[in-house]
Amino acid sequence: MQFGIFSVGDVTQDPTTGRTPSEGERISAMSAYALKAEEVGLDVFATGEHHNPPFMTSAPTTHLAWIAAQTQRLQLSTSTTLITTTDPVRIAEDYAFLQHLSGGRVDLMMGRGNTGPVYPWFGKDIRQGLPLAIENYHLLRRLWREEVVDWQGKFRTPLQGFTSTPRPLDGAPPFVWHGSIRSTEIAEQAAYYGDGFFHNNIFWNIEHTAQMVDLYRRRFEHYGHGSKDQAIVGLGGQVFMAGTEAEAKKAFRPYFDVAPVYGHGPSLEGFTRMTPLTVGTPEMVIERTLGFADAVGDYQRQMFLMDHAGLPKDVVLEQIEILGREVVPVLRREFEARRPAHVPSDPPTHASLVADGPGAPHHLVAPAAKVDLRADRTESEHATA
Amino acid sequence: MTRRIVVLTAGLSQPSSTRLLADRLADAVTTQVSARGEAASVEVIELRELAHDLATTMTTGGMPTPAVEEARATVAGADALIAVTPVFAASYSGLFKMFVDVLDPEAIAGMPVLVAATAGTARHQLVLEHALRPLFSYLRAAVVPTGVFAATDDFGGPGSQDLGRRISRAAGELAAAVVSAGVAGFGPEASGRETGRGGGRGSEAEVTDFEDLLAGLGQ
Repeated sequence: MQFGIFSVGDVTQDPTTGRTPSEGERISAMSAYALKAEEVGLDVFATGEHHNPPFMTSAPTTHLAWIAAQTQRLQLSTSTTLITTTDPVRIAEDYAFLQHLSGGRVDLMMGRGNTGPVYPWFGKDIRQGLPLAIENYHLLRRLWREEVVDWQGKFRTPLQGFTSTPRPLDGAPPFVWHGSIRSTEIAEQAAYYGDGFFHNNIFWNIEHTAQMVDLYRRRFEHYGHGSKDQAIVGLGGQVFMAGTEAEAKKAFRPYFDVAPVYGHGPSLEGFTRMTPLTVGTPEMVIERTLGFADAVGDYQRQMFLMDHAGLPKDVVLEQIEILGREVVPVLRREFEARRPAHVPSDPPTHASLVADGPGAPHHLVAPAAKVDLRADRTESEHATA
Repeated sequence: MTRRIVVLTAGLSQPSSTRLLADRLADAVTTQVSARGEAASVEVIELRELAHDLATTMTTGGMPTPAVEEARATVAGADALIAVTPVFAASYSGLFKMFVDVLDPEAIAGMPVLVAATAGTARHQLVLEHALRPLFSYLRAAVVPTGVFAATDDFGGPGSQDLGRRISRAAGELAAAVVSAGVAGFGPEASGRETGRGGGRGSEAEVTDFEDLLAGLGQ
C-alpha cells in the first residue's frame, strides 16, 4: 500500500502570528515537504493545480521535475490535474516528459476543479465541465497510446497526423486516477477505463465516501476489469498530531477556526465527528485510518493533507516526520494483515505496467469489456430468484 | 394506510406563534384525513433547532450535518408538507430559506404542500402569494389553493373565527390531495414522484453508462 501527502498549495496567513508567507516561501516549503516525505519513508507526493490566488500551484510539472531531481524513489503525482481547462495535448507532452526525467515515477489524478471564473481565462465554460472532462481525457488516452492521431472533437481544434512527443517512457503511459467528491459520472469514468478512483475524503462523511467508492467498484467489475474488491481506490484524509489529544487540539484549533475552506463554520469537534478529520495522538490517527478500510474496503493509496490553512513550515515538517516514523509503519503492517491475497496491495506502477507487457488492457484506449446488458440482466434475475 | 404529514416551522421564539399556527394546521389536516377514512401521522421539524447545522452545511461546501441529513430524508419521505414561516422583511425568514436551499431540487416535486405564514400585521398577508408560492412552484410542489396567513389580531381579536375557517378549508384541500394520491403499488405512478427523489445526493442514483456519456459528452 502506498502512503503519501497531497497539497493544494494555498498561500494563507498564519492566524497566530498574522504573517502571510510569500509565494516563493510556500513553493520552497512545499518542495521541502516532498523531500521530507521521501526521507521519512512515505511513497507519494502530490501537488494541486490552480491558476488563481490564493494558490500558487500553477506549474505542477516544473515543480515535480525539481522534486524528481532531488529524490530517488518518491512517486510524483497531482491532486489534481485540470482535465477541463488544460489542453490534453499539453498534458500528454508535459507528463510524458516528466515521466522520462523521473524514470517513470509519475502518475496523475484528473479533476475538473476550480470555480467558474477560472474557466473563461482558458477559453472554456464551466457549464461544460463534465463534457470537457470526458472528451479531453479520452483524447489524452489516445495521444499516449496511438503513435499518430487524427482527431476531431467538440472543444479543441482538430488534429491531423499528430504525434505527441516524447512518447511515454517504455511505451507505458502513466497510471491515472480520477478524483471526485460527489460526481457519480467521474466514478463511472474511472471504472470504464479501469483507472484508479480517488476520493478526497475531507469534506464529507465516510458513509458518503463509501457510497461513491462502492459505485466505482461495482462499475469496475461491470466493465470487466476484475472483481469489485480488486478495483484501485485511493483516499485522502486530514490529521494533526501531538503527544496528547488536548495538545493537538490546542495547537490546531486557531488554524482550523479561520481556515479558508471550513473556517468560521463548524466547530473543530463537530467537523471531527462529521468527517475523517482527526486531531489527536498518532494512535488515534492509526485507529481512525484503519477504519477507512472497514468503510470502503481494502484500498491501495492513502494520502494526507498536512500543509494548509497557514500552518508554519516547521510544524508541517514535524507532522510529516510523525506521520512517516510513527503512523505509516503501523498502518502498512495492519492494512497488509487484513488484505485478502487477491486484492492488490499497490496501485499499478511504471514497473508493473511495463511488466504487464504491451498487450495489457492498460495499453488500450478503451479497455472496457463490451457488456451484453441483456445477459447481465438475466444473470441478476437468476441471482435474486 | 397512514399518511405521513411533515410540518416545517421556522418560528424563532419559544413559545412561537408560528409553531402555534403550525400545530393548528397539523391538527386540522389530521382531522380532515381521518374524515376521509385514512390515518395520518405528523412529524414536526423545528428549523430553529437546525440553525447551527444549516449554517455549518452552508459553509462546508454543502456537506450536510447528520441532523440536516435526517431532516432532508424526513421531508423527502413525506406524503404532504405543511410549511409555516414568520414574515421577515417582506418575505419568508432566512432560516426558512436556508432549509429550502439545502433540499435536493427534486425532494418535494409533486408533493402536496400547504403554505402558511405569521406576521405582526395583516399588511403582510400577500407574502404567501408573492414569496412562498413562487418558491414552491420552483420546486414543482403541488401547493393547495388556500394559504393560511395569521396576523397577531387573528389569534385573539375579532378575526379569530375567520382564521379557524381558513385553517379548515386549507386542511381540507391538503387532505383531499393526499388521500387522492392513491395507494402505492396499485397501478403505475403517473407523476414519477417516486423516482429521482431522495434525502440526499446519493451515488445510488442510476448511473449513465459511460459509452453514452462518451457519445453525448456527458449531456
